[in-house]
This record gives sequence, structure tokens and C-alpha cells, in this order.
Amino acid sequence: MIAGISTIGLGVSIGASLLQLIAVVLGGPLLMGLMVKIRARAEGRIGPPIRQPLLDLRKLASKERIHSEHTSVVFAVAPIALVASVAVAIAITPLVSTFPVLGRSADLFVVVFLILSGSVALALAGLDSGTAFGGMGSSRAMTIGALAEPALLVAMLALSIQAGSSNLPEIVSSTLAHPGWIASPERLLSFVALLIVVISETGRIPVDNPSTHLELTMVHEAMTLEYAGPELGLVLLGQAMRLGFLFALVANLFFPWGIASGSNPAGFLLGTVILGAKTVVLVTGVELIAISTAKLRLFRVPELLTGGFVLAVLAVVTGLVTR
Amino acid sequence: MSRLEKHEFAEGATSGAHGLERVSERCAISVAELVPQATALFAMQYRLAMIAAHDDLESLRLVYVFLKGPPDNRFELVVQLDREHPAVPSLSHLSFSASRFERENNDLFGVEPVGHPFLRRLVLHQHWPEGFHPMRKDAGEMPAMCLDASPFPFVEVGGREVYEIPVGPVHAGVIEPGHFRFSVVGETIIKMKARLWFVHRGIERLFEGRELQSGVEIAERISGDSAVGHNLAYCLAVEEAGRVAIAPEGLALRAILLELERVYNHIANIGDLCNDVGFGIAQSRALVLRERILRLNAEVTGHRLLRGAIRPGSVELLRLPTPIELDSILNDFEGLVDLATTNSVVMDRFRGTAALSREDAMGIGAIGVTARASGLVVDARRDHPFMEPDDSFRVICEETGDVLARFLVRVREVRNSLEVIGTLVENLSDLKISTDIGPRRNGSGLGIVEGWRGSIVHRVEIDGYGFITRCKIVDPSFLNWPALAVALKDTIVPDFPLANKSFNLSYAGNDL
Repeated sequence: MIAGISTIGLGVSIGASLLQLIAVVLGGPLLMGLMVKIRARAEGRIGPPIRQPLLDLRKLASKERIHSEHTSVVFAVAPIALVASVAVAIAITPLVSTFPVLGRSADLFVVVFLILSGSVALALAGLDSGTAFGGMGSSRAMTIGALAEPALLVAMLALSIQAGSSNLPEIVSSTLAHPGWIASPERLLSFVALLIVVISETGRIPVDNPSTHLELTMVHEAMTLEYAGPELGLVLLGQAMRLGFLFALVANLFFPWGIASGSNPAGFLLGTVILGAKTVVLVTGVELIAISTAKLRLFRVPELLTGGFVLAVLAVVTGLVTR
Repeated sequence: MSRLEKHEFAEGATSGAHGLERVSERCAISVAELVPQATALFAMQYRLAMIAAHDDLESLRLVYVFLKGPPDNRFELVVQLDREHPAVPSLSHLSFSASRFERENNDLFGVEPVGHPFLRRLVLHQHWPEGFHPMRKDAGEMPAMCLDASPFPFVEVGGREVYEIPVGPVHAGVIEPGHFRFSVVGETIIKMKARLWFVHRGIERLFEGRELQSGVEIAERISGDSAVGHNLAYCLAVEEAGRVAIAPEGLALRAILLELERVYNHIANIGDLCNDVGFGIAQSRALVLRERILRLNAEVTGHRLLRGAIRPGSVELLRLPTPIELDSILNDFEGLVDLATTNSVVMDRFRGTAALSREDAMGIGAIGVTARASGLVVDARRDHPFMEPDDSFRVICEETGDVLARFLVRVREVRNSLEVIGTLVENLSDLKISTDIGPRRNGSGLGIVEGWRGSIVHRVEIDGYGFITRCKIVDPSFLNWPALAVALKDTIVPDFPLANKSFNLSYAGNDL
């Protein structure tokens, strides 16, 4: 099926990747806005408009750059590294089309490590600012990340066992070819595991509270407290892109229908719309869970993630046994 | 135990002003008698409620107020001090609260507690010049501030991997100013030191020289969320000083306002606790409910925060809360409580967090909700009532002393307060009760009120012309702040906001 890439030409592949990037750059902040909106409505408030995160980004971009004199080049580079790593992951993963550029390299390990490198960049920036909160946030994020990333890897491994390949376009294409797979036990187990990981990686309740202003409870926010202006905008954009990417990836891995598999531009547009619809459904579900629960005690988060990891391992075992 | 010599009030020790059993005694003693007398009082289970210092121009005077109840016992020890070298033996070995009052008086009046083991600045930060005591009558103009050169004496915790986290006084949210210094290992708090008094406004000084009636405006603003609590304590003190008795109906009207204040603040706090564990939906319901009560407050008194209804000698309401309104509030409140208590994650966050043991609460001298959550049966409505407590009133205690216990005390107090309001409104018809507070006489009075945080104590001295010469205020927060630091031991850093919110202490009331 990899051979398919050669059948649709490099130009179309690049076009597909660009479309994916645009979709996630705009869609990620909108998803964040949607989550805020859903919570506001559930609490009986009107809430800010869904496009508010995009407006915030525009506002931040027009501000001046401010650096603490105690920071080094790490602090300046980290936001770019975050955005760049997520952008690469978005470009090569099958989100809108099964044939993105460099699809052959879109191994699940590559994608997981691209996401991880963004987290590491932020954690280093948190340490670099030398403030108590930055270090605290980095330490917490790495503790959580150290448990979440293996779960992410193993959960995706379960899918690759079923598809017989760790290449993401291949996994997506073979799911399209075998619709019965989505109801298989290993799929269901790994879906739950991935959802737990995505909630933790995107800093949602019950792992982290994205709307808190209490410095001492923050995880993700604590690392980025020292950022301001365009660089804060980059960090927020990177986080929104990561959120959009992870939800889109989960949606496509488990429910790939609607993704464009040819070179027809209309198919790309349809694929974008359907991808949007799928992620909106997923995000709404996750936010509804978040509303109905509270934030876990920090020392209980490892228990949740260990649960996710165990589910992922079970998925792999089931996959190996039933193969 | 040495026997206490009793000097009685001119009007007799047992005051029947409000038909209540109350024993008030005052005893002028010499500096040398202080420690034995105080020791005897502590042995008789009295607690030290305040040390009020006074500048009488030719000399300084300390009044140690000891309280015990029930039955309502109030004992004042009065010590005259030499103005040039004011010094008293410290009571810090007898009472932790005493050590804090002594530091306060050392800063504000320059009264040296001899033998105090930890005589550091408390109220005045390091940039105030040495030897300036703002509460002295001859303090004069504000001096030039020094550089804050001497650092705040935090105890440094040594050892590998011990990490210091400074927070505040400017916070990321809309919170009053306070600086907290955590020494942590990993996420576990080894020690927390709070530095307060960033909002010291000199409130006590503002009372001096004001007319009795115009003290109300200041009393209501000591801590904005305790407008009734502080104002009522002030008015009770003024009325006791002026030997004025208010009709029982008037006291019942005042009690209704006090309980309304308790209800709206407890509900807001219950919502805040839920919000601090990321359960925003419960907080928004709590805020809706609070807003309903604030609007009811506005209809009852003309002010959402219940200001302006209580004055020395009088109380005036626009209307009474109806039983239907109270039922509907209770109904919605039960829904809110169910929402929080049926959520296992919320309960898990509350349970066992920042537990204050009964022994620690007693040792620190904690009062109010904090003390009751740790199993101490203390409530000024029972111990020092200003009116005959209603039959439906209960002192509500929990045993565990954790965030959950403080949450549950508040929940049960809301229910009880609504019930108390319900029975009080049944027997009331007059909305305005007024007593003339003249003829003028000089004297002193003590006002004790169980505000929603705990016992608020005001001690007022008035001259013969209707002016205040001194008003000493003790907000429960002053006594409870040290309890927070003790409860935090072995709590994890991300639970601090929750623990802090569960104590819910006032910065303004503490800083004065």
C-alpha cells in the first residue's frame, strides 16, 4: 500500500501536508475555544467566543518581545522548537489524506518522539528561567510525561501489531480496508489508553486544570509563566496545535473513514471537513468528562496513567494472542 | 493555684443586661502579679482573647482579656506600665496566642515582653524605622521608611534536595496580599512561613476620636466579608461600655443578619473549595446561590453585604426573609452539596488533606470553624451569647481536622443557620428597635460575636462625651493563621491553595 504514494505525485502530497498544517493551526485554537465554551455553557455562563484563542494569538503577536535577563538561548528557542516539532508531526501524519509528504517516514515512533521533543523543549525553558515555578512545572510535567509517553507508545504499538506495520499511513489504510477491526478488543483497549494519554499530554482535567490561576497547582502553565508577547503566542499556538494534532490522530487511528485516499482536491476538502467533525465530537466527549470530574491529587495522576499503560499493554497482549 | 482577687464592676459582676448569665470581672494588678494570675486563669481553662494596649499619656496600660464559657465568663487583668520603659513579663510560655499579641504590642506600642523567645517584628515590616511605634499618642507624622535591608527572618531548612518556593505577595489571581515561603522536598512541604500585614491600614487608630455612631462605617469595613460580625461586636462593646440594653427582639433581628452573613460566606467558600479541585460546575452553582442570598440581603437591609442595619443602640431591617425563601435556598443548597459529596474525586481531594490535630488546634489557640473541624467545642454563640441561643442552634463539630472536616462543618452550619433564621423570623413583627444610648458615661465594653470565621472580639473604651478613645479588634484570623502553617506539614505543594481556602482566613482582618 506504500506504493500508493508514488501513484499520486509529490506535488499533491505536499499540498495535502500543507492543508493538514493549515487545518490544525487554525483548528487547534478553535478546539481550545470550543472546550472553554462547552465548560462555560455547562456552568451556566455564556463564555468567550469559540474564536477567542485565535484573537488572543493575534493580540500576542503584536506585542513586544520581553526576555528576563536571567534566561539563556534555550528560553528563546524552546517555543520555536515546540511549534516546529508539532508542525513536522502534523505534516507527515495521515490526517486529511492518507498520502502526506514523507508519509513513508511517518513511523509511529517518529511521531511520538516529535511530540516528546516539544515537551522536553518546554520543560528546559521552564528550568532555564530559574524561577521556582518554572522548575516546579518542569519537574511535574516530566514526571507525568515519563508515565504518559510509554503508554502512548505501547497503545499505538497495539495498532501496529494488528496492521503489521508501524507506519501510520499504513495503519490508517489497513483500518479502512478492514472495518471490522475497530470493534476488536485490542482497538478498544488501546483507544481508552490513548484517550487517557491525550488528556494528560494536553493538560486537561483530571490531570491539570488549564484555567487555574493558582500558581502552586499548575503543571503545564507553570513552565510557561515567564513567557510574554509573541513568544507566549508561539507557546500557546504550539500547545493548541498539539491538542488539535493528538485529537485528530486518535480520531483517524480509530475511525479513519472520510480521510482522502486519492488525489482529488474535492476529496481533500471533504477530508478536512470530516476530520473537523470527528475531532469536535471527540473533544466534546473529553470536555464533558472533564466537567463531570475534578482534578486529581497530583500523586494520584501516576495511578491514572499507570492504568492507561496497563490498558495499552493488555491491548498489545490481546493483539499478539489473537493474531 | 493562687486565688484570684476579684474586683467587680461598679454595676455588679453578674450583668443581667440581656437576661443572660454573664460574669464580668476586672482586676488591676501589678507587673509582678501578672504571671501568677495568668497561670491561675489558664489553669481554670480560660483562653486569652486579647491583649489590648492603651496609651494613657502619663502611662501605658495593658488589658489582658480572658474568656471562658459556658457559662459566659470574662476576666480582665489590667496592668499599668511606666511610659519610659514599658516592659511586662512574657506569657509566651503559657499561651501561644499571648506570644503573638505581645509581638503586636511590641511593634505598635513599644511594650517589651521580657523573656519572649521569638521577639521579632510582626505587624511592622522591616522598612519601618527602629523605635517608631505608630499607636503611641505621640507617634507624630509617618517617618521616612528605611530600605528593607534586613531580610525577613525565615527559618531556612537545610539538607540535600530542599527547595524553597516563594509565593506572593502579588498573586496570579484576585487574592489578598500575603507572602508564603515553602521549604519542600519534591512536592512535600517541610515548612511553610507566612508573612502578612501587607494591608495594615491602622484601623484601630482610625476609631480613636470618632463618634460612637460613626464607628460603624469603619467596623463594617475591617474585613468586608464580615461586615455584620465586626460591626455587631463593635456595637455590643459600645453598648456594654454605655450600659445600654437592647430589647430581645432587637437582638433577634441582629442574630438573623449574623446568620445570613454566615450562610452566604459559607456557601461561597464551599464553591471555592470545589473550584480549587477543578470542579468548576459546583462553584458556578454556589455563586448563583450566593448571588440569590446577596439580593435577599439587599432587600432585607438595603445593602448586599448587610451594611448599615446595625448601629449602637439600634437595628433596623426593611423586611424579614420569608420561610419560603429560606426553604428554597436550603433546597438549592442541598443540591449543591450532593453534587460535591457524590463526586469521588472531590471527596478524595478533601479527605485527609492538611489535617490539623485536636492537640495542635488547642495548642495554637485556634477558634471558630478551624477549631470545630478539629473537634474543639468552641462557639461564641454558646460560650458568650449576646442573646439567648435559639433551641434549634447547635454547635457543629467534626473530628478529623482535614479539608473535608472544615467543608462539612460549613455545610452543616449553613443548614443550622437557615433553621435558626427560620425560627427567629416566626416570632418577630417589629423591624426597627431603637434605644437611646445616652446619657453619656465613660467606660469600657467587650463585644464578642461568633462571626462566620470564628469569634470576633472588640474592646471599646469611650469617654464621657460620646467619643471612642480606643478600639482593640481581634479577628479570628489573627489566632488561626499559625494553625494553617502547622496543618500544612507533610501536605503536598499543589494542595496548598485548597488547604488555604479551607481555612479561609482574612488578610484584612488579620492585618487591621
